[in-house]
Amino acid sequence: MLALSIGKAQKIYESFDDFAPLLAQTQNDTTYVINFWATWCAPCVKELPYFEKLHQAMAAQKIKVVLVSLDFRKDLETKLKPFLAQRQFSASVAALVDSRQQLWIDKVDPNWSGAVPATLVYRGSQRQFKEGEFENFEDLQQFVLHFFDPKN
Amino acid sequence: MGFFASVFFLLTIFPFGPTNPGLKVGDIAPDFQLKSTSGKLVTLKDYKSVKGYIVVFTCNTCPYAQAYEQRIIDLHNKMAPMGWPVVAIMPNDPNVQPGDGFDKMVERAKEKKYPFEYLLDDGQKVFPAYGAVRTPHVFLLDKDRKVRYIGGVDDNSEDETLVTRRYVEEAIAAVEKGLEPEPNLTKAVGCMIKVKK
Repeated sequence: MLALSIGKAQKIYESFDDFAPLLAQTQNDTTYVINFWATWCAPCVKELPYFEKLHQAMAAQKIKVVLVSLDFRKDLETKLKPFLAQRQFSASVAALVDSRQQLWIDKVDPNWSGAVPATLVYRGSQRQFKEGEFENFEDLQQFVLHFFDPKN
Repeated sequence: MGFFASVFFLLTIFPFGPTNPGLKVGDIAPDFQLKSTSGKLVTLKDYKSVKGYIVVFTCNTCPYAQAYEQRIIDLHNKMAPMGWPVVAIMPNDPNVQPGDGFDKMVERAKEKKYPFEYLLDDGQKVFPAYGAVRTPHVFLLDKDRKVRYIGGVDDNSEDETLVTRRYVEEAIAAVEKGLEPEPNLTKAVGCMIKVKK
């Protein structure tokens, strides 16, 4: 773990191996919504409020929303930290700074080319991945809601 | 299961479809005619006596493209004399990303003295035909425009000093020896190409 911190309750992962367990919590009935973003990515920043709203609107459900920043390591202090201080997200935030991307992009999802934004939703063995942005909050909600369909 | 039932089934399971299909290694890439910041209209077939083309989808504004800018210049300076020029294409819609407008491209190319052609994908027809999704995104073509490698420039976007694999250079070396590049497909973080809504 780096000595650097981006705020309390926010984790910095230097190695994808340390981060990977977050994508593999398949033994419980929580729905995980993992969004990959960066402060420099305009469409990502635009959709962050949808994830924050989802986190708040579904607080009573078994759901965990994690906003995973892919900002450069050199930008954590100067860009990510001030951005987070200003936004004050209640959803979890993490930073993944493992620059050996070729080794881990496929492990998030084989359909991911590496472009951001990208979002993985999973519960148990059920998974859904999207590369690209959500049009609006309802678009994101649709993407996530069927994980809560009693038929599933 | 009937055809419509199958389609419905597939749409149900994969409602968002697979990501951009585009070119695969082994496919023949289409040629194009695009305007360059040099003032020329550029077509691949106009390049004389080359062994192939390093087609890079890149732009002014993406921090990952910026992180690779100097490395792409260096790549051209090293490989073009050996017959492998860089051909850079800016795929973003300038209306969505004003910093990538043609005038800004011209400015950037002048300022950084780009030694390669920097083309505007005017009308955004070329990047979908190639299947580019992010900047930067490399398609290495041999002289027959057969795709030999797709992916990143190397294996460390943030810090060039930590690079252990120079994928594009290694792929060219393999092709020159008559071998299949290994790997011939890599992934890297980048900025989603900006399209009109």
